[in-house]
Amino acid sequence: MSTTTPLAKAAGGTADFFDTRVGAGKMVKEFARKVFPDHWSFLLGEIALYSFVVLLLTGTFLTMFFVPSMTEVHYPEDALPVAMRGVEMSEAFASTLNMSFHVRGGLLMRQIHHWAALLFMASIVTHMMRVFFTGAFRKPRELNWVVGFTILILGLAAGFTGYSLPDDVLSGNGLRITDGVVKSIPVIGSYMSFMIFGGEFPGTEIIPRLFTAHILLVPALILALIAVHLVLIVVHKHTQYPGPGRSNRNVVGYPLFPVYVAKAGGFFFVVFGVLAIMGATLAINSVWAYGPYDPSPVGAGAQPDWYMLFLEGSLRLMPGQPEFVIAGYTISLNVLIPAVVIPGLLFTALAAYPFLEAWVTGDKREHHVLDRPRNVPTRTGVGVAILTAFIILVLAGSNDILATHFNLSINSITWVFRFLFFAGPVIAFIVTKRLCLALQRRDRELVLHGHETGRVVRFASGEYIEVHQPLTDHERWLLVGHEPVRPLEIGPGENERGVARPAYKKAVRRSKLSNFFFADRVEPVTPSELAASHGHGEHEEIESAESNEGLLTNASTRG
Amino acid sequence: MVKALASARRHRFAPVVLMLFALLAVGGIYAVAAPQAAVADSASQDDVTEGEKLFQANCASCHGPSAEGRTDVAPSLIGVGAASVHFQVSTGRMPMAANAPQAPEKGVQFSTEQTAQLAAYVASLAPGPAIPDGEQVDPALGDAANGMLVFRTNCAMCHNAVGAGGALSEGKYAPSLFNSTPTEIYEAMLTGPQSMPVFNDENITPEAKRDVIAYLMEQRADDSSPGGANLGAIGPVSEGMWVWIIGMGALIGASVWIGAKSS
Ligand code: HEC
Ligand code: HEC
Ligand code: HEM
Repeated sequence: MSTTTPLAKAAGGTADFFDTRVGAGKMVKEFARKVFPDHWSFLLGEIALYSFVVLLLTGTFLTMFFVPSMTEVHYPEDALPVAMRGVEMSEAFASTLNMSFHVRGGLLMRQIHHWAALLFMASIVTHMMRVFFTGAFRKPRELNWVVGFTILILGLAAGFTGYSLPDDVLSGNGLRITDGVVKSIPVIGSYMSFMIFGGEFPGTEIIPRLFTAHILLVPALILALIAVHLVLIVVHKHTQYPGPGRSNRNVVGYPLFPVYVAKAGGFFFVVFGVLAIMGATLAINSVWAYGPYDPSPVGAGAQPDWYMLFLEGSLRLMPGQPEFVIAGYTISLNVLIPAVVIPGLLFTALAAYPFLEAWVTGDKREHHVLDRPRNVPTRTGVGVAILTAFIILVLAGSNDILATHFNLSINSITWVFRFLFFAGPVIAFIVTKRLCLALQRRDRELVLHGHETGRVVRFASGEYIEVHQPLTDHERWLLVGHEPVRPLEIGPGENERGVARPAYKKAVRRSKLSNFFFADRVEPVTPSELAASHGHGEHEEIESAESNEGLLTNASTRG
Repeated sequence: MVKALASARRHRFAPVVLMLFALLAVGGIYAVAAPQAAVADSASQDDVTEGEKLFQANCASCHGPSAEGRTDVAPSLIGVGAASVHFQVSTGRMPMAANAPQAPEKGVQFSTEQTAQLAAYVASLAPGPAIPDGEQVDPALGDAANGMLVFRTNCAMCHNAVGAGGALSEGKYAPSLFNSTPTEIYEAMLTGPQSMPVFNDENITPEAKRDVIAYLMEQRADDSSPGGANLGAIGPVSEGMWVWIIGMGALIGASVWIGAKSS
């Protein structure tokens, strides 16, 4: 355009104003030139981000009608639902009912908020699985893994505090269990419980306190950590899947602006849309069905939201016996072990894994190209094992529902899960690792022999062969591009003069772990092997060669 | 029912719900009215004689020729009353078929008339709880809010908060109450079938029993789930399952689609 419209002039002026004062131009240019690689699994984190935005928006609406108070009131005789008329309840519960039945759009907002909470946690977990199985947590991204892990824990806290707010029977049951778990901590337990509830459970303080945590503290922390998370992604640049032209030194993808922004913006509306549809058509947490909290009744099917089910399951699996009274003090190992020790172990394993793996491999290089899960069988196996443990606990937390819906005995389900909790992860590890190795062998086959075409040719001599079609360069790159990792070798324990090497024991331990990780492996095809396979014809068996060099060497650092 | 109709107003699924409502009304009228008509004046001597014949043919093999019970096979029915027989036979529990952890409900085998005759016969052996009349079980006369409180304290631990059912030990279960008729609900409380405790009239007064019926019927009213599909009314486990199937399913599908568009 040759003539400058007043609008464009104003826009230009504003841009200039910011540019000269905070260097906005450079920042925008820097950002807009960022390149993001494309893969559907890179959108999982975005689902989490957008459901969090939806949580903030709907949550703000809820605060305008929710009354965080435990004052006892009688529900009005002329209000809906019928089954609650005149019933004694807390103001928190009454305001939740009122919001659901008498505030326009209130029920919709509550339901979207709750579905978004479930989706938030589901997408975080799926996103974490992607990062884990592709090895995206390796240097330099270990810290961002820890940030993400902390967001997961804060997400649990947000969900737990929110779930407890409406003060219905289920939220009260949840708080009662929390109270029991806190009290099971030796020595300080009962003091802590009194501190949390402001006296004996349930007291009149807990809902206002949870409210502050739920709408202020936890969301603010999550927001801050999301900001750190995103900044670190920009700083590190995005990882990419292996492929031709992709190395640890570059990023292949689309510029942030306009392609990626358009896609991401569109995706926000997809997430919002799915949540809106779920909120409009699927009932969630119909608190009037459970009724106001009252410590005496416990309904069948009283469970926490899915992301807390593993805790419930852990408690349900634990036999009741290990409770001792020592010198007048009760030690409740039957609560402490399932509710604190086991989740503690599982979560610590999850948080620490990147550091453990880095120590085992001794690999100090930066990694920007992702692993295909099959090429790292032990990590993939460990991941599936941890996941299996969680899934078994989730199922154990649903044991009564499984019993009624599949006509099983709840006692036998519980015994099967007790056994599976220990055996399941081991079996899952072994099976997954074997599967990965088998897949790698198939990759080798494919590289060496090409695709089967099903076309059989007969030579003049009478010999039959099946024609194989060699892989394209693109296909081959994917299958041979990774570098083989071998167990660490340690020298003898003593030097030439028979003096013991310092820190030898540590080295032995590390080499044992390294063996556990890498002793079973299938090496990628080397150029010499490939050449041999072409030289000798398709149907000759080729033993894995000793040659170390990869067909396509990857540079280990990027500029 | 009239009350329920009046509050049907703002429902999203009005046509579907109307359909369901019509079906429910027909079913309800049949279930409530039909047995009552047959039962109310049932104590004639003819009924007892007919009932005895039916009993000898269908029940005596287990319960003994004069309903005195047989050790390790089936309990005595002397004194269980008409209510127990009506409940057991009209829900298809009796005559019992398979040896399951609890007598399962199966196809009802006797007409309402025959059921009334069987009940009359057993009632003639010794006095016991009678089949409740239409007014005793009329949900319109009950107070659903009080019923909610009674149900929560006495029944929800086995049957779930809205009566969706739940698991008991060793493969036993408290069934869903979504299809029980008001009469069956009353009789179940009165007679305590199998693992269920008996709630006699001191325990839960007849008025409170009717309130419970009103509460349970409220759960089937067309506006009982204003939030949309109730996903089985079994709480957070099914909600969690659906967020993975529908929520994550749809969004991963969308992600794959967006990812595929580019390359
Ligand atoms: C296959 C054996 C069998 C047959 C046939 C059978 N019953 Fe039963 N019945 C049982 C058993 C076993 C129980 C006890 C159930 C329990 O409490 O677990 C029972 C319980 C009952 C009860 C409940 C008793 C109580 O304490 O309230 C009634 C009523 C009853 N039967 C009626 C009948 C009638 C009427 C028939 C015939 C139409 C019949 N039964 C046929 C085995 C049988
Ligand atoms: C200890 C657990 C328990 C409690 C408490 C309990 N029930 Fe039951 N209920 C059962 C069991 C088990 C059965 C199934 C009995 C059978 O199959 O013979 C049952 C059956 C019923 C049925 C028959 C359902 C059908 O299949 O038609 C009704 C109605 C019923 N209960 C209502 C109630 C009400 C109302 C209360 C509270 C006043 C209550 N129950 C309390 C365990 C319980
Ligand atoms: C950080 C992520 C968040 C999660 C995981 C989350 C989760 C939940 C859950 C599960 C509930 C129970 C809803 C129900 O009644 O069924 C809830 C209630 C509530 N949330 Fe959140 N929430 C989050 C953020 C927020 C924010 C940012 C706000 C406010 C600004 C908010 C305000 C509320 C209010 C007021 C309630 C009570 C209303 C009611 O129970 O109906 N939430 N939240």
